[in-house]
Amino acid sequence: MMERHVLVVFPHPDDETLAAGGAVALQAKQGSTVTYACFTLGQMGRNMGKPFFANRETLPEIREKELHEACAALGISDLRMMGFRDKTLEFEDPETLIGIISDLLAELKPTLLITYYPGYCVHPDHEALAAATMEAVRRLPDNARPKIYCQAFSRNHETDLGARDVLLDTSSVWENKYRAMKAHKTQTAARIEEIERALAAGGAQKEQMIAALSQENMYSYRV
Amino acid sequence: MIAIEKTAVQTALENLTNQEVYIHLETTTGAYAGLRNAGATPVGAYIRNGAITYVRGTITGEGPYRVGLKMENGWVYAEGLTDYEVDANGRLLLAGHDSEGRLTVALELSRTPFRM
Repeated sequence: MMERHVLVVFPHPDDETLAAGGAVALQAKQGSTVTYACFTLGQMGRNMGKPFFANRETLPEIREKELHEACAALGISDLRMMGFRDKTLEFEDPETLIGIISDLLAELKPTLLITYYPGYCVHPDHEALAAATMEAVRRLPDNARPKIYCQAFSRNHETDLGARDVLLDTSSVWENKYRAMKAHKTQTAARIEEIERALAAGGAQKEQMIAALSQENMYSYRV
Repeated sequence: MIAIEKTAVQTALENLTNQEVYIHLETTTGAYAGLRNAGATPVGAYIRNGAITYVRGTITGEGPYRVGLKMENGWVYAEGLTDYEVDANGRLLLAGHDSEGRLTVALELSRTPFRM
């Protein structure tokens, strides 16, 4: 179903692609306007490319370029860099984050919000931002709240949450997601190697890989 | 960055001796250390734009290398360093990388603050 406006909230360049790239590309293809509020530049990432070509000081600039390229591949037309520093979100005043997200919600009035599942998203930046995002939605009146899709990947998430209930056929956009993954070259080199090998092998291997990229499942969430 | 050349790094360390320099020092397992291996805990420490003055800076080891900075009242050191660069801004960047090219440790020195 096409959404009028989709708001995507994640802390790092590549989260939008790796956690929800299929969902995002699908919405964009259906004609939804997509805003991505990316809170940091992933300045503290450990992956520097494989073989490495970035260093701690060049990484932010490189990742910003990668992000622009990935957004183009996914169809994100409105990219907002929120200017925080990687791995520091949990140390900020939560009200600062909640306030920023509340302002975005008021400005854009999204019908769909995509973020991480609080409590099940591992990285401290993911957790801090997901919690702040849900709190911002909670502060909206019932009838003004967007629908929420979340991604989870902690070890215990399926035991606690059960199976994902948002099942998306992303076969029409798998190449968009793949292009976005490739754009995040410093972060995804190992995974891209694996995909390229399968695609080049052809036959069943290729079909399986395309099938894997053609399905993206998430959790719906109620605040 | 390129593989550490010990004498070049030693020279760069000496060029920054006895003056206030900004330091970036980090080591990290990454936030996902516990995700694949349930027994592991993410561990890391990080300081950016601490201001220090050291009186003696030394690189040792045969690779990976160690760097120690002796201050009037203390020490800074890092181990596991494999690669280095003196960048266009004259900053000494040292890092350790694992076999996958992931950063494991970084020690950087600059006469001006690092960008936030």
